[in-house]
Amino acid sequence: MKLSLGPITYFWTKDKTLEFYEQVAKSPVDIVYLGETICSKRAVIRFSDWMDIGERLAAAGKEVVMSTMTLLEAESELKMMRRICENDRFLVEANDVGAIQLMKGKPFVTGPSVNVYNQRTLAKLAKVGLCRWVFPVELSQDTFADMQDERPEGVESEIFAYGRLPLAYSARCFTARAHNLPKDDCDYKCGEFPDGMTLSAQDETRFLSLNGIQTQSAHTFNVLSELDELRSLGVDILRISPQAEHTLEVIEAFHNCMQGKEEAEEAAARLNKLMPIGPCDGYWHGKPGIADSVLDNYK
Amino acid sequence: MELVCPAGNLPSLKAAVDNGANAVYCGFRDDTNARHFAGLNFSPEKMAEGVQYAHDRGARAFLALNTFPQPDGWGRWQNAVDRAAEMGFDALIAADIGVLDYACNRWPDLNLHLSVQGSATNYEAIRFFHENFGITRVVVPRVLSLPQVKHVVENSPVSIEVFGFGSLCVMVEGRCLLSSYATGESPNTFGACSPASAVEWRETDKGLETRLGGILIETVEKGENAGYPTICKARFEVGGNTFHAIEEPTSLNTMEMLPELQKAGIAAVKIEGRQRSPVYVKQVTRVWRAALDACAKDPENFKPKSEWLAELAKVSEGSQTTFGAYHRPWQ
Repeated sequence: MKLSLGPITYFWTKDKTLEFYEQVAKSPVDIVYLGETICSKRAVIRFSDWMDIGERLAAAGKEVVMSTMTLLEAESELKMMRRICENDRFLVEANDVGAIQLMKGKPFVTGPSVNVYNQRTLAKLAKVGLCRWVFPVELSQDTFADMQDERPEGVESEIFAYGRLPLAYSARCFTARAHNLPKDDCDYKCGEFPDGMTLSAQDETRFLSLNGIQTQSAHTFNVLSELDELRSLGVDILRISPQAEHTLEVIEAFHNCMQGKEEAEEAAARLNKLMPIGPCDGYWHGKPGIADSVLDNYK
Repeated sequence: MELVCPAGNLPSLKAAVDNGANAVYCGFRDDTNARHFAGLNFSPEKMAEGVQYAHDRGARAFLALNTFPQPDGWGRWQNAVDRAAEMGFDALIAADIGVLDYACNRWPDLNLHLSVQGSATNYEAIRFFHENFGITRVVVPRVLSLPQVKHVVENSPVSIEVFGFGSLCVMVEGRCLLSSYATGESPNTFGACSPASAVEWRETDKGLETRLGGILIETVEKGENAGYPTICKARFEVGGNTFHAIEEPTSLNTMEMLPELQKAGIAAVKIEGRQRSPVYVKQVTRVWRAALDACAKDPENFKPKSEWLAELAKVSEGSQTTFGAYHRPWQ
């Protein structure tokens, strides 16, 4: 089983991003997904910069994958997607069906926002070049097991194993809205919230995290404690989604558990304390996403 | 432009056809469609009757089969495709790649539309569905501005249908998991946003409290209008303020834009609301029929009549309407 690091979903400064990937290069992660997947306005890191970061990570022995945008509306966004899909250096993660079209049969990965909910979809995509898929975050381990049974040859399975869950995308920017700003004149407010802005329900349940046009869970999904089960299900890759703080410690914890150097349940409990709000794992157990099996907190 | 109207049951289907719908869309009584609510939708017998009723009066009938099957339920979707083909539907509106793949291989003559749940916001995605499954139409998500819709039309190999009126999804359809995050069930997996079994209403001193999956998402004071509780239209606390952090409880109305939509080459306008009553379907269909006819006749001088807007306002969710994303400042 390998360990991957998903794309950074937040708007960090260029310096923070470069420094982050310097650390990642030295970390025990096997695969690194790179690129802006949320908002095309966050263009402080250009395509050539991403390719340079990719080269440095590749030199450090990492497998590099370039990720495409999730919600594409403008022609300029399609243009960037074409550049990524035409890059002949690194594998591509398609986060929209448009990118699958552009891959024209070359190998690609589907990210969590491409709906691969059943074996027939998996088989069809394998015919047009799918070499790895990320299991959709709202589905359960039972569905995963069923799909593993009929997985086409040569297709690897990746699970979103740790991070705030990607839940929705909009044309509207909610970070700008919370600041009474229009999206066209957003002042790059999301840059001030490197883990997103927490949204609470009226009973003070910390519920969601607003990340520009994306809505994430406030709670951090974590299935590290299920490591044995994940192994027996034949998961090939576990994905960690970056947070502003402690991501390297999270990678370390997963790596140690995978190497048998630490007990998964103990490590998972330790990680719970590093999360911005707290843990959740409901989706994996066929429950509401916000539920957590250990805390047993679902109302 | 074709007027495509919702039919949650046979009386609604008849109301739509009788009041000028060019096409009606409906679903079977299960989770194979995105309006899976108790008491709604069609048994196979009623469905056959409905298709016949529409065809006898020159209207087309579309079947919404627009949720995402998982392996243990696959057979239900496959059966629904087979039944739709056998019943003589004029098009199947599907979203899932597996369902489309099955439909185009098993029933090569079956006309396929990509549902809004298929989440195709750009022409490259549309080309994928066209080249792989031969779809002939796409319903585009309600996140695009009018210039963006025009750009899609210019580059799309198939005709484009847009939402004209009804409930407004703020999030791009087919990729919104907010409902399942709170309740375990989403439009993708279950065919409903905020499934009724997860909604709880409670009268308190503060007003009417609404919980979804046990989470308090709204408190409505006496005299305020309480709409159907969806997460995206509730009030939350962000940065110390409590407000509609995602969207106000408004609904979409693009009638004023009809001449522009027509000029852009839009093939069809869709009315949302299979979960609404036959009276809603009748009123909305009648008004939109009149508007489309007036616009086709004289687009230059088209202006929605005040009585049409008044009629529509009566049935709008939250009693406010918006152009939504079609109007750029909304974004």
